[in-house]
Amino acid sequence: MKFLKAIRPGWGLLPVAIFLALWEIIARIDILPGNLLLPPFSEVVAEFYRLSMNGVLGENLLSSLIRVLIGFCAGSIAGVVTGTVMGWNRVADRAFNPLISLFYPIPILGWIPLLMLWIGINEMLPITLIFICSFFPVLYNTITGIKNVDKDYIRAARSLGASDMKVLTTVVIPLALPNIFTGFRLEAGMAWRVIIAAEMVAIPTGIGALLMKAESLIRIDIIIVCLIVLAIMCLISEKFFAYLENRITARWSQHAVHNP
Amino acid sequence: MPFITLKHVKNFACRSVDLEIRDKEFLVLLGPNGSGKTTLLNAIAGHVEYQGNILFDEISIDRTPASKRGVGYLFQNLALFPHLDIAANIAYSLKVKKWSQQKIRERVGELLELVNIKHLASRYPANLSGGEKQRVALARALAASPEVLLLDEPMSSLDEQTSKYLRTELKRLQRRLGVTTIYVTHDLMEAVNIADRMAIVLEGMIEQVDEPEKMLFFPCNERVSDFIGAPNILDCDYCKSTAQGLMEVGCGELKLVVPHDGDTIHKIAILPRHVHVSGDKPRGPMANSFMAKVTDIMPRNDMVRLRIEVSDKEMVAEIPYHFYEQLDLAIGKEIYVIVRARKIRVFEYKNLSADKTGVE
Repeated sequence: MKFLKAIRPGWGLLPVAIFLALWEIIARIDILPGNLLLPPFSEVVAEFYRLSMNGVLGENLLSSLIRVLIGFCAGSIAGVVTGTVMGWNRVADRAFNPLISLFYPIPILGWIPLLMLWIGINEMLPITLIFICSFFPVLYNTITGIKNVDKDYIRAARSLGASDMKVLTTVVIPLALPNIFTGFRLEAGMAWRVIIAAEMVAIPTGIGALLMKAESLIRIDIIIVCLIVLAIMCLISEKFFAYLENRITARWSQHAVHNP
Repeated sequence: MPFITLKHVKNFACRSVDLEIRDKEFLVLLGPNGSGKTTLLNAIAGHVEYQGNILFDEISIDRTPASKRGVGYLFQNLALFPHLDIAANIAYSLKVKKWSQQKIRERVGELLELVNIKHLASRYPANLSGGEKQRVALARALAASPEVLLLDEPMSSLDEQTSKYLRTELKRLQRRLGVTTIYVTHDLMEAVNIADRMAIVLEGMIEQVDEPEKMLFFPCNERVSDFIGAPNILDCDYCKSTAQGLMEVGCGELKLVVPHDGDTIHKIAILPRHVHVSGDKPRGPMANSFMAKVTDIMPRNDMVRLRIEVSDKEMVAEIPYHFYEQLDLAIGKEIYVIVRARKIRVFEYKNLSADKTGVE
């Protein structure tokens, strides 16, 4: 996949390599008591391999991934649709803005107790949390993107015969895409942070649940494996949207290179 | 019969505007920044609300939305869609009108050829120069063959050379296509060079509508006269090329060098503020520098207008009041005047050299 090139580390790998070497040495010379609190990096890698091979890691990652995908897609679609309506229609903006302003500042984890009571401890709980977590930022970015489209583009499209709906779909939404994608990019990473919190609190499967089990067994190597997997998933998600954004807008950006 | 009629059009920027624009005419709305020219253009295009009536070919379009008014609009910032390539920008109105792919391709090809940008079809607006963007915007505005073309200061971001070249091309195209055109500018000489008629807009009102030469010689009131600055217009007896891009013109005993590489020059115009005055003889070659005698002194606000006699011609110079005090001028005093070549405007159209017997 081309977007994986975007995360090709290059020279950025050097500090990581130094850090891992130091970690391995410190753990091996036994500064900390035994291997209990800081297992060597090589043992973490071995555990990663073992968990991958026996399917535990894949199974839990898949559970988390499905929740993130469903919640994120639903939240993003709802955010883009609502944001487009609010950004384009002044009446809708005035009607919904006070409500949105009221709910947006609520910390995402603050919703957990309420949602546990409303929808119970089941698959819908983390999905709903991710929905909320994705909805508001995507909504705000979409509104900003739609409202920031230069009025002359809209007037130009109208003068060229376009109806309001045509102006919206062929000019306004495409020009708002960079803003919308910024919302996607930021929230794709955030969704992973939220899913872990939800799974740690209430759900028996997923990377968050695996983390909690490892904590109760004092398996720091597994905890570190889970954290590394999370870091990679956050990075891939953010880079994926950064790549998409770049692919869509690079051709018409100021610094685009012309390919005859 | 007028093609566009404005009857008592008023809104936040316009105060009861009445205007008739003839079929296939090139009318220039001329006025200072903030005078309401663009708002008037937007009212005709249907982009702003207004009271009064606008008629196209005697049919009211007051309730017609912008998308159905059938006008081509070229915005000051051109407003080319950055996410579409040049061909798609030009094809936009045709796609909206649901033309077939084949017809769209043919029409876009025609337009690209018309404005000489066939090689740019697959580029994006961000990769074009100012002049190229101008051509694309013009092609896009003309794509659906509008009956009315509105241009809002389209040359304002271009250098003088490109702007002059594109103006000539625009005029040629307008004549060829026969589209009724309204062109907004704040530059008097740009207006004079391109207009069939000019309308002076001051503080939201049309002060005068007339042919360029009539407007220059016979401003209808002091406000118009103040705005256009009543340029010095000199008839040219001969003109000859002296170097690449330079011509020497003879106006009576005056010989001036002007930057020009086009047709024969019939007249030249110099705004009073571009006639520089000095008490001392200018250093260097005396090209476009002359000895003159002050014949009248007319203070106006913070400026002073000097009527001066240069050889066998009479001209008007305008200088700031503080400079007038420094020079210690008096009627009959001899001074030097310098005219910067780049500020001299030339008239090469024959119709501008026609006699003025029709002027009331």
